[in-house]
Amino acid sequence: MERLPKWADVALVPLISLLFAAVISALVILAIGKDPVEALNTMVTGALGSAYGWGYTLYYTTSFIFTGLAVTVAFHAGLFNIGGEGQAQLGGLGVALVCLAVPWPHWTVALLAASLGAAAFGAAWAAIPAYLQAKRGSHIVITTIMFNYIGAALIVYMLVDVLRPAGQMDPATANFPKETELPTLNHIPGLNLIFEKGVPANVTLFIALAAAVAVWALLWHTRLGYQIRAFGKSEPAARYAGINPFRIIMISMLISGALSGLMSINNVMGEAGRLVQNSSEGAGFIGIAVALMGRNHPIGVVLAAVLFGFLYQGGAELGLWTSIPIELRTVVQGLVILFTGALDQMVRMLLAWVFNFRAQPRAA
Amino acid sequence: MDYATLLQILDSTLRLGTPLLLACLAGLFSERAGIFDIGLEGKMLMSAMASGAVAALSGSVWIGLGAGICASLILAGIHGLASITFRGNQLISGVALNFIASGITVLVAQALFGQGGRTPPLQGAARFNPIDLPFAEALSSVPVLGPFYAEVLSGHSILVYAALAAVPASWWLLYRTRFGLRLRAVGENPAAVDTAGVSVVGLRFAAVAITGVLCGIAGAYMATALQAGFGREMTAGRGYIALAALIFAKWRPWSALGATMLFGFFQALALRPDVVEGVVGRKVPVSLLDALPYILTVLVLAGFVGKAIPPRAGGQPYVKER
Repeated sequence: MERLPKWADVALVPLISLLFAAVISALVILAIGKDPVEALNTMVTGALGSAYGWGYTLYYTTSFIFTGLAVTVAFHAGLFNIGGEGQAQLGGLGVALVCLAVPWPHWTVALLAASLGAAAFGAAWAAIPAYLQAKRGSHIVITTIMFNYIGAALIVYMLVDVLRPAGQMDPATANFPKETELPTLNHIPGLNLIFEKGVPANVTLFIALAAAVAVWALLWHTRLGYQIRAFGKSEPAARYAGINPFRIIMISMLISGALSGLMSINNVMGEAGRLVQNSSEGAGFIGIAVALMGRNHPIGVVLAAVLFGFLYQGGAELGLWTSIPIELRTVVQGLVILFTGALDQMVRMLLAWVFNFRAQPRAA
Repeated sequence: MDYATLLQILDSTLRLGTPLLLACLAGLFSERAGIFDIGLEGKMLMSAMASGAVAALSGSVWIGLGAGICASLILAGIHGLASITFRGNQLISGVALNFIASGITVLVAQALFGQGGRTPPLQGAARFNPIDLPFAEALSSVPVLGPFYAEVLSGHSILVYAALAAVPASWWLLYRTRFGLRLRAVGENPAAVDTAGVSVVGLRFAAVAITGVLCGIAGAYMATALQAGFGREMTAGRGYIALAALIFAKWRPWSALGATMLFGFFQALALRPDVVEGVVGRKVPVSLLDALPYILTVLVLAGFVGKAIPPRAGGQPYVKER
């Protein structure tokens, strides 16, 4: 098969995949008797048409950058971490415990401590599947999925039986103290000129961008990053080069879990101000689509996270203003994963065929 | 725990173990042919919705079952296309199909019935109703075995017995037919099968299709026998539990029966907190019981039950030499 030019492989393959996913989604909308053009209009207006809409889009983007990076790091080590959802929820537990533990003097201190709590809890939840993969060869895909279910049950137990304040009906923690509230974009000098109304996007966005830079530096500019990538490309070769598989599996999964956990400073601390059930709302799963769409590179992940932020906020608008169920988001997410992750070869063959077709007359 | 309670729990074990058994056998065919299938969950969900919806519309559970199998086969076809024809990543394909199924089932059910993504409750001929095995009444007075026959084995829907019959049928197909030998060979060493002049692609598609049919029956059972209608996410991770049971069973049909019934037993226990408390002697949090089947799955995968060796060519696309 002809090799594609690099730019086509990097940019065109994801874009064509996205186009396929969009066309099929449009067909699905048509099939359930709705108007895809109207749906797209609603999504664009609601998510990108105003600073207010952007405030929500960027809020979701923040979460997806974290979970996308989490999947990316694991992918580079050849591991498929589907446990981002559970790790993010456990991260939320870490945030809640930290925020409620002591009276924090200022949000900056609280943010630092909560980030550590979130990362530690997320990493801990990834540690057991990682250990089982490294030592016992248990399939990490299935164990991380199981840990999503176990994590959800654990959170229910913690919220119902342990952390719920006396006299409160709904299973949630007490509200975090006022001092732990993170500044939202409309409270940041300079940005408040753009964001006039209150929006959920908050300072965590900048932490997410910093994390993207950190992951990029880690993977491509450190010895550890090289070992992770070498291990992911070929385990026997890495082993032969003296790379310890146990160490790489553990470290990359701990980093992955920590990144997933970190997303909860965005939603639990930055938005809700308390821990509720199912706090991550599927963001952990979106990370898979974001990582695949972003070609497992931090720049791609950030761009794909914006795209999925748009999709999420737009999907919510659909649920609000039209009778198209919000589950359309899940379908689009699945389609993007299918085309970018599993049918990418088909897209590539298609592109190669087009490129050959163009090159043919010149050759003859 | 007295004998009557035990019988009740074993009865639920068989009821809850059946979809796991069907899904596990489904995964067995696929993985024995070298195709990983994380998408059992999605196929079951898709079939549950299709069978629930069609049974509600047509009033016939058999037409519903057919629709469920067709829906499951469509997903199986896409999985085959992605993982066999285009040699894509089989894990990612399965995960993607699970998401698609999770969303599209609610979209379609909502568009058809407008009841918040469920299908209307089924009754009468639109459901698989319990059937009493012959002499269940007469034999129930026989000590120990009589009640077991009457309470546990009798009084299930036809699909439960079909699932049980599928175990020896799968064993026979895999170990006593030419097709089965080739299917197992294609999961271990596809190049050898290719050299012998047998189509690797054809065999793998056949395996994936069998997986689709069995998942379709499993999903239809969920919506038309175990429960009376489809509800969102009603499979609740059973597809993944079935995969774990498959590893536990070391990819063998008879062991699959044992493994899935063990998981069924734990699911049945989770429904009876009173019994668990009676046995343990203290109050157990409900969420721990809910998590029990999943925790057991992890323990099984952790290999505390002996080493499981998967089919050698599992998960690897076959590239024909040119």
